[in-house]
Amino acid sequence: MSSDAAAIEASGLRKSYGKVVALDGVDLHAPAGTVLGLLGPNGAGKTTAVRILATLLRADSGSARVAGLDVAADAAALRAKIGLAGQYAAVDENLSGAENLEMVGRLYHLPRGEPSTRAAELLERFGLSDAADRLVRTYSGGMRRRLDLAAALVARPPVLFLDEPTTGLDPRSRIDLWETIEDRVSQGTTVLLTTQYLDEADRLADRIAVIDHGRLLAEGSSDELKDRFGGERLDLTLEDRDQAEAATAALAPLATEPPSVLPSGALCFPVARRQGTIAAAVRRLDEAGIGIDDVAMHRPTLDDVFLSLTGRAASEAENGADAPPEEDGGA
Amino acid sequence: MSGFRDSVSDTLVLARRSLMRIQRAPDLLVSFTVQPIMFVLLFVYVFGGAISTPGYDYVDFLIPGIVVQTMAFGGFVTALGLSEDLKKGLVDRFRSLPMSRGAVLAGRTLADIATNTVSLAIMIAVGLVAGFSFGAPVTDVAAGIGLMLLFGYAFSWVFAFVGLVSSSPESSQAFGFIVIFPLTFISSAFVPVDSMPMILQAFAEVNPITVTVDAMRALWLGAPAGDNVWQAALWAIGIAAFFAALSVNRYKRAVTR
Repeated sequence: MSSDAAAIEASGLRKSYGKVVALDGVDLHAPAGTVLGLLGPNGAGKTTAVRILATLLRADSGSARVAGLDVAADAAALRAKIGLAGQYAAVDENLSGAENLEMVGRLYHLPRGEPSTRAAELLERFGLSDAADRLVRTYSGGMRRRLDLAAALVARPPVLFLDEPTTGLDPRSRIDLWETIEDRVSQGTTVLLTTQYLDEADRLADRIAVIDHGRLLAEGSSDELKDRFGGERLDLTLEDRDQAEAATAALAPLATEPPSVLPSGALCFPVARRQGTIAAAVRRLDEAGIGIDDVAMHRPTLDDVFLSLTGRAASEAENGADAPPEEDGGA
Repeated sequence: MSGFRDSVSDTLVLARRSLMRIQRAPDLLVSFTVQPIMFVLLFVYVFGGAISTPGYDYVDFLIPGIVVQTMAFGGFVTALGLSEDLKKGLVDRFRSLPMSRGAVLAGRTLADIATNTVSLAIMIAVGLVAGFSFGAPVTDVAAGIGLMLLFGYAFSWVFAFVGLVSSSPESSQAFGFIVIFPLTFISSAFVPVDSMPMILQAFAEVNPITVTVDAMRALWLGAPAGDNVWQAALWAIGIAAFFAALSVNRYKRAVTR
């Protein structure tokens, strides 16, 4: 792939904190105007990757370019082109929402007058106009996150880093935030998003990089990952459950492995391909005289992908989500 | 050069932010106002009668010393604020912005000069009410005020470093008590040095706080100055430069906890 069109391009990123290896040679690639989702459990190295790309941390080795600039050599110039919203709502509690955004605008050195008009504009768009002059310490968690994201957008940066933007948010606020991110991307912004939520990656990311223990396990679009690592399944409910063995024998040529039995009593056959499988299965079962109550292809979910890549169910990996979102051995 | 103009503007933006914090959450105001008043009154009226200070009334002896102590502590707001900014991820945000690398620290220490000025004015006023009188020309008194603001500024940089390296706002405050308290008490600030045991005397005599307090007594009371004033100014400049370099370096590498 040509690196000219890439807004984010990293290769061989390594970083360790003492003996803890946070990143162990990670390559990332995001064309301009797309969302790259960095998916992995707590401590996988997601935050370290973002911190390196956002010029906050130097990699031990490897190189990265963001918006055409080297993250180490051109860090100062790069900072004018990126926006960062972290796991914490990094806003000043003792300033109002408007004052926070104006301060950020001044620190981006926007032209005189621009910080306050820009602040008003963003507060309006994020539904915070009514709270514009209230101190942030009176804001709810969702409002703080929205303000935090607004702060990252003050200078209309072409590249946006969002480190677990919705961790700890209620469902309504998550969806609001997703819509805002989608809106930015439709305007041409490139986004690197880290998340431990599969549905978030599935919905927002054009491409997903799954990382664990500082290594890139797989990279591709959501569909590609599902095809490659999830595997198609045929779910079959029989009229008569006692015919399970006969059905297994009849479908053996189609299935890649013996079926498992789902809690509903349905049989679940891993199959090699999607196309034509249902027709073939129905024909074979019909020929064998086996009655079918229900038959369906089951699209794998990112959950299946995650499980097969990390050996852990995503829900298990998410258990840490209630704890403080500390990562990378808390260096 | 626009780089320099930007640095100044960034610093002012952040100094303003620090001062707004005090206005918005006036809890900190107590330490600039009530605390100095309390200290002056406690020392003058509780300890004053028991401490003998040949050649001076205790209140005259005390005010230069207690002003130095208060200025040494004034910068704790910087430590507290930086440590909070680190914890809440604000330092990450600032470091991701195209702003001057030193502005976050310079802004906070600059704001401390304003709060130190308020404390200083209050202490002088309370001192005068309690019986303190200046025994030196106006120019010397003014020089003393200047020296105090410089000295306070130097300690703001010490606290900036403390704020950046401590693991929480609480521990940055604890540092104040563990390091600054002994430093100010084992000096000529509250008692004549020759009333201390030998070991403490040896320490007190080389302690920059003693040099500074003696300089203040020269400037405000007309005590023999010797080289104290120049030495005190050099100490303050040296401390400021050393800790500013240390802090800016640390800030650039700051890692969020």
